[in-house]
Amino acid sequence: MSETAAAPQAKPRRSVGGWLLIAIPYAWLLVFFLAPFFIVFKISLSEIAVAIPPYIPNFDPAAGWEGFTEMLGAFSFDNYVWLTEDDLYWKSYLSSVSIAAISTLITLIVGFPLAYGMARAPKEWRATLLMLVILPFWTSFLIRVYAWIGILKNEGLLNQLLLSLGLIDQPLTILNTNIAVYIGIVYSYLPFLVLPLYANLEKLDTSLLEAAADLGCPPWRSFWSITVPLALPGVLAGCFLVFIPAVGEFVIPDLLGGSETLMIGKTLWTEFFNNRDWPVSSAVAVILLLILVVPIVLFQNQQQKAAERGL
Amino acid sequence: MAKKPIGPVRRDFAPWDDPQARPYIEFRNVTKTFGDFIAVDDLSLKIYEREFFALLGGSGCGKTTMMRMLAGFETPNAGEIFLDGQNLAGVPPYKRPVNMMFQSYALFPHMSVEANVAFGLKQEGMPKAEIGERVEEMLKLVKLQDFARRKPHQLSGGQRQRVALARSLAKKPKVLLLDEPLGALDRKLREETQFELTDLQYELGMTFLIVTHDQEEAMTMADRIAVMDKGRIVQIATPAEIYELPNSRFVADFIGDINLMECKLTAREGDVSSLHAPVFGCDIKISQAVDANIGDTVWFAIRPEKVRISFEEPESRVNALKGEVWDIAYLGDVSIYHTHIANEETVRATVANRSRVVERPMSWDDEVWLSWDADAGVVLTR
Repeated sequence: MSETAAAPQAKPRRSVGGWLLIAIPYAWLLVFFLAPFFIVFKISLSEIAVAIPPYIPNFDPAAGWEGFTEMLGAFSFDNYVWLTEDDLYWKSYLSSVSIAAISTLITLIVGFPLAYGMARAPKEWRATLLMLVILPFWTSFLIRVYAWIGILKNEGLLNQLLLSLGLIDQPLTILNTNIAVYIGIVYSYLPFLVLPLYANLEKLDTSLLEAAADLGCPPWRSFWSITVPLALPGVLAGCFLVFIPAVGEFVIPDLLGGSETLMIGKTLWTEFFNNRDWPVSSAVAVILLLILVVPIVLFQNQQQKAAERGL
Repeated sequence: MAKKPIGPVRRDFAPWDDPQARPYIEFRNVTKTFGDFIAVDDLSLKIYEREFFALLGGSGCGKTTMMRMLAGFETPNAGEIFLDGQNLAGVPPYKRPVNMMFQSYALFPHMSVEANVAFGLKQEGMPKAEIGERVEEMLKLVKLQDFARRKPHQLSGGQRQRVALARSLAKKPKVLLLDEPLGALDRKLREETQFELTDLQYELGMTFLIVTHDQEEAMTMADRIAVMDKGRIVQIATPAEIYELPNSRFVADFIGDINLMECKLTAREGDVSSLHAPVFGCDIKISQAVDANIGDTVWFAIRPEKVRISFEEPESRVNALKGEVWDIAYLGDVSIYHTHIANEETVRATVANRSRVVERPMSWDDEVWLSWDADAGVVLTR
């Protein structure tokens, strides 16, 4: 393509208003994400267990450039080294990722039929069904997780129901185990998986399924060869939306999990509020962010690809 | 009505005139309703092997429902459908020996062209090597060999249409159903594809059933056309018969352009009938035995290209009208003269533009005479 022909398309002119519109979200991110992140990062480079802020090294503006370089020289990565030395931290990270992954899988197994059923329901029902999925958001997340304690505890609703039905003779211990954490995560994050998946399945062209049937493919096979591959972008989007926040989840393991439930969110909380060790907990937070960057980048990548293919 | 085939029918191919011939596809008193809406109303239809059959009608006339019932996507409320002697009731779509080319093409977006064409063959459990050969053969047929690895979204509309065709032909079905197959193509490509489809149908020896609202498409390709309206078939005939001998005002008006005049039947002498059109103030003589009583209201229908237009007064006042040129539509190949007769009634006459003159002798407000031959028009009784 010649340069002259490409030029008008390559450089769309933006007005001042246009730039402003773009600047607002970036300014928001700068103030509320990037700046706090740098503060956390700076604290993580301070010395271990100096309990009270401000954490040294400090930057004294009066000392000028020299003072700045001096501060840089005083930074230490000891906190990060410490994270590798105490196995509590890497075990927490690993356990968080594995709990999040298992929960995501269960959410998918529960959520796919739900989203599929909604997308295949008669048109006039769909808005209502969608409402029902969003409805839990109208109650505080914290209260809903608390409510699960009442359901899952030994004298809770679930055990009473199972006992009265004669399915068990001893109450099951669910609360304060990892199972309760799985239940809590699956329950809390289900809408985040169902909504993108529903949006994807709903626009699936039914004539594709008819075409498959017409070519001799029975419905149970066309589900796997047509519906599932075409729903993949929705499946991935939903899974990332569950997995990413679940890794750093604190409330659910704290309320429903037991002492053996290791999750990085809980470890972080303990470090911060019980041990009052801000530098180490900051280092934990920075590493957590780095771990989550991988799936977030993958997610973005996949979204872009899906958009390009027009799926 | 005269029942001898006229016009270019495929030579020696007229199984519908043979009472011994066994229909290949048969609809027997089929009715299909959607809620209160009657899509197909107690309809019977016979289609013969190797026939290229067109269902023609406006939107909502039930033509697509007919095709979807044959493919198995809709179940009739009443009546039966037979294919090659087999009752199709209860046979799911994936077990019917028919393949359909969808209006939207319905190509699988996540599969390559190759995989799309191979899809039906894989379902059959055909060996891999054979699938490869067949896919290649099909892609060659639609001239897409070089595009085998592309995804549908990387193709143009015309290429997608070809992939859809190749995919529906790959299993070599007994019957190919085409749902508005050329609707999305531009005019040039459409015309080209029409001829390719007829050639293909002849070569492969399949039965084709096409659903279309485009009369030109039906006329060029089909052996027979069924014109549908409100869930019923109004007329089934060859394209030439449909055009020249429509059986009703609906068909006459739906297919092509036509002048309609309300008349009274005044006389019948053997094969010659006389009519009077009071609004036009015109006497008409026609070489057709009209199935009506003297004094009945009938309609005289004549195609614009069969009306002569000239300055000279014709010798006889029968089959002639005096009028004033009111508008001229110049289409390049032909010009259509809209002529006002008494009472602002309009009669259209089409004239082929045989010379390269830009200034045509006939112009707006000129007084002209319109005339036609005794075998040019047709009398309709409904």
